[in-house]
Amino acid sequence: MRANLISLLASMAAAALMAGCASTGSDDTAAPVSGPGGGPGGARGGAVTTQPVKPVDVTGAKGSPEADPRVKQGPLSQRSIYYDLDKFDIKDEYRGMVEAHAKYLRENPASRMLIQGNTDERGSREYNVGLGQRRADGVKRMLVLLGAREGQIESVSLGEEKPQADGHNEDAWAKNRRSDMLYSGEF
Amino acid sequence: MRFRWVWLLGLACLLSASLARAQLSIEITGGGEQRTPIAVVPFAGESALSPSITSIVRADLERSGLFRGLELPPIVPTPTEASTINYPEWRSRLADALVVGSVATRADGRFEVRFRLFDVVKQTPLGGIAYTLSKDQARATAHRIADFVYEKLTGNRGVFSTRIAYVVKRGNRYELQIADADGAGAETALASFEPIISPAWSPDGRRLAYVSFENKKPVVYVHSLIDGKRQVAANFRGSNSAPAWSPDGRTLAVTLSREGGSQIFLMNPDGSNVRRLTSSPAIDTEPRYSPDGRWLYFTSDRGGTPQIYRVPMSGGDPQRVTFEGSYNVSPRISPDGNKLAYITRNSGRFQVALLDLTNQQTQVITDSERDESPSFAPNGQMILLATVLGGRGVLSAVSSDGRFKQRLSAATGGDVREPAWGPFIE
Repeated sequence: MRANLISLLASMAAAALMAGCASTGSDDTAAPVSGPGGGPGGARGGAVTTQPVKPVDVTGAKGSPEADPRVKQGPLSQRSIYYDLDKFDIKDEYRGMVEAHAKYLRENPASRMLIQGNTDERGSREYNVGLGQRRADGVKRMLVLLGAREGQIESVSLGEEKPQADGHNEDAWAKNRRSDMLYSGEF
Repeated sequence: MRFRWVWLLGLACLLSASLARAQLSIEITGGGEQRTPIAVVPFAGESALSPSITSIVRADLERSGLFRGLELPPIVPTPTEASTINYPEWRSRLADALVVGSVATRADGRFEVRFRLFDVVKQTPLGGIAYTLSKDQARATAHRIADFVYEKLTGNRGVFSTRIAYVVKRGNRYELQIADADGAGAETALASFEPIISPAWSPDGRRLAYVSFENKKPVVYVHSLIDGKRQVAANFRGSNSAPAWSPDGRTLAVTLSREGGSQIFLMNPDGSNVRRLTSSPAIDTEPRYSPDGRWLYFTSDRGGTPQIYRVPMSGGDPQRVTFEGSYNVSPRISPDGNKLAYITRNSGRFQVALLDLTNQQTQVITDSERDESPSFAPNGQMILLATVLGGRGVLSAVSSDGRFKQRLSAATGGDVREPAWGPFIE
């Protein structure tokens, strides 16, 4: 009779344990459950302990601020490359910027970028669409060489149509000869 | 001879979007020499119509740079198309040509306009026409009369009944507008917060192709004017721009960057059947067909700087066309196929040049700083272009020999650019 009682209590304890396990989430305060007969691991069905689980997300978008292009002042907030007259080569001073964006694109294969190339206002509008395209293509080429996938990036031209500065002098023109890098949600 | 005016009525209401009745104002800035003095006598009864028929006829003829409308004292009784003409009397008023006419109101509420044209020097009648029209067709009728006079006296077809397309920018708002050749009756075909460039008329005048940046990149649209419906003709990966119609209206040449760089492709106007035409590592853009369809002219910097080339549509290599200067762009062929207009850069100044394709002679026909986008009138006699004056974007028209100029600016402010002269409407 005594053995039967112990068995009954053990199965009741086991049932309670299983019910307890099912309802407990990531509860830090869940304590090891002991069965009748006292002590951890004492119950015949085997003690089951629950551990808390803290989620860690490495998909990048919600990761550290350095890796998020939307963070202002972050290294990926630098988006514009400027050019000398009639030039489309990327000057050394922008190399680090391009490398940072290439790294982000490499590490976040689902991310997408639009590069818009621009020119100053002088000359034929359509020829300037071509020049802006040449600039955007150059940036894309460098990003792909640094490990971004071709399919992640579209390079387009805005020609002279969307100047950053409105004047008709070299100051304004220099600000308008540029490529801008945009991420999804910005275009 | 009677005209059917119903289709003209339809045209007046064909454009969608905001009915901004903006107008272009015209200022004649360069005098044409040897203008024919012409007496356009106010038609009897013309106050029944507004605007007055003869005021428009006179303005049209003067705007061509080839005529000078005489100031006339009131003549009583008003001579009409039914009058007997006293040629010596008109000679004494210094007229070389004379237009007289009348306007009558019909029982059904419409009007009849009749006129006759006379060569005062040769003392010969040159013909006349009778029109039946409704009230709102007065302006169009006046343009037809001006066309008749112009053609009889110059031997060239008049363009007073044609239309022009252009883009107006006010602040951050862009409008693609279509107006009569004299700037009146402007209507908006497209309003946008992003730029619109390169409007191109289909040869039948029913559609406009253009480039819109509303998708944050250049995309080519084909827009039907009669119902405002438009479709995307080219939105491939990368940039899509510089649409140009073949003379038969069945093909669009465009510049695409979908295969890298900027290269010229041909396609159907609905975007199908895309095939590549040029193959170079350079920028090849601004395609334009010759009027006989045998050549495609384009801008290319394959030689190091932008120059104009042409490629035979029957197959073969492109040949270079411009050789003077280091920046020659925006090729446009005259309707008779004999002249090439383009933009050339001289010491930093962008001006319109003409190359005679029959003898290779070039001539710079403007003296400005920032000319762009030349467009021939369909009779080849005038070139419309965009320029900047006093910091403002305006249109300018110059006669094909460079002797006569006009300025057209947006009456309600804003910058005007990207003009395209529409075709003759048959």
